[in-house]
Amino acid sequence: MPILEVENLSKSYRQLGGESTLAIGNVTCRVEAGEFVSFVGPSGCGKTTLLMTIAGLIEPTSGRVTVKGKEVKGPPPNLVLVFQEYNKSLFAWRTILGNVRFGLEARGDGSQGADAKTRELIDIVGLKGFEKHYPWELSGGMQQRVAIARALAYEPEVLLMDEPFGSLDALTRLELEDTLLRVWAELKTTILFITHDIEEAIYLSDRVWVLSRRPSQIIQELLVEFPRPRNQLATRAEARFMAMRNEIYRQIGHAP
Amino acid sequence: MNGGKTFNWLGWLVLAILLSLWEYGARASPKLQFYIPPVSQILTALGQLFASGQVAGHLLSTLSRFLEGYVIAALLAVSLGILLGHFRFAYSLLETLIEFLRPMPSVAIIPVAVLTLGIGDAMIVAVTVYASLWPILVNTIDGVRNIEPTLIDTARTFGLRGWAILWRVILPGAAPYIVTGLRISLSIALILVTTAEMIAGSRGLGFFILDQERSFDSGNMYAGIIVVAALGYGLNRLFLALEGKALGWRRGMLARESV
Repeated sequence: MPILEVENLSKSYRQLGGESTLAIGNVTCRVEAGEFVSFVGPSGCGKTTLLMTIAGLIEPTSGRVTVKGKEVKGPPPNLVLVFQEYNKSLFAWRTILGNVRFGLEARGDGSQGADAKTRELIDIVGLKGFEKHYPWELSGGMQQRVAIARALAYEPEVLLMDEPFGSLDALTRLELEDTLLRVWAELKTTILFITHDIEEAIYLSDRVWVLSRRPSQIIQELLVEFPRPRNQLATRAEARFMAMRNEIYRQIGHAP
Repeated sequence: MNGGKTFNWLGWLVLAILLSLWEYGARASPKLQFYIPPVSQILTALGQLFASGQVAGHLLSTLSRFLEGYVIAALLAVSLGILLGHFRFAYSLLETLIEFLRPMPSVAIIPVAVLTLGIGDAMIVAVTVYASLWPILVNTIDGVRNIEPTLIDTARTFGLRGWAILWRVILPGAAPYIVTGLRISLSIALILVTTAEMIAGSRGLGFFILDQERSFDSGNMYAGIIVVAALGYGLNRLFLALEGKALGWRRGMLARESV
């Protein structure tokens, strides 16, 4: 049984004039446990709306989402969403330790071991030594690491990520991609990732779904079979990688 | 603003010069002395008032009325502010009323309070609550409204609901605004307690100051003013110390933004 199922999901918004616009067309997809799957699509195609709907933060207009066979009505307990805007999603009044510990507190872990677990996660995302700092004292890349560690502390079975590296510089982005893959391999969670960066989607994922322009629909599925662990230079230099990139680029470019 | 780390020698020097001018000016003119006694005489009166225990009771009355009024106002205004900041409809119901009442000088309510509550602690506390309510209320509403929606969504995706979101996200997120309101209301509350005591009190520093003026004891009157000034100063320092503890995370952030 797939861990996450999206069936005929659509979402329309009523605009000020009373007219409604369709943000998500008719999306159906399945994610297996332990998979890393990405949606890739042009900016403004409704990717964020799609992910927020899957996360139970927005109600769909029609269709349904199920996590482990249970229909999503409001945020499900075994799933968490990492936002693109880390600076708006971290708790400014909590230290790095406090922010990450929030993930444990949220699932009711106030145990003695909570502190050690928190520190371990901070170490895993490469922020050892910054426990007592506040978010504003860290760079963007480091802040997003905190947000990722906080999400992992919640021990979700499904991790949704909405363009988490979208506002980082190119080098930091590559670095964080590798951190994420390392953590994913270590913790064996399921990741559903959204990006507008075609190469990022291919590099990270087992499968890539290409989304059309608004209203977003899946127009193609690509299997990515490069061996893991992947390498930023070697993997990206493979002929198949470039062929895949070009294929997706054409798809998005020609999307209606 | 002075960060409090370095002692402000110049500021104290200016104060010292002004006080010496006062001292010598008052001594030079016996006529003036009746209205404005020399500083040394005021300080002597102050010492005697404390030694005889005459002023301690008044100080205690003022302080307890202040605390009662301020705490009640804070609890009321923060709860109501969160409600009104969160529910737009509730706010639209009360918005006009708030905008009418808020700019009115709160001392104008004292006669109404005397009529309805008589003269006594209840009246003084009531007007203090009324006056200190507004800054806290308005700032709390602003604070709740200015919370980043992504923060609420973050709390929700982590499975938090209702009260948990209120305690863990809305309250700490709005805290800087709430504290601003509390700081403004601190001085307002003291003003109202003192004023109400002058109008309708038989105890308290406000009553004491006016009573000494009416008995033509200007030394004691000034001593009373010094006590109420010191009370305001002390409460303000205490507030700043608590604020520094509660909002310590913010100081560095603001310092960096203002660079």
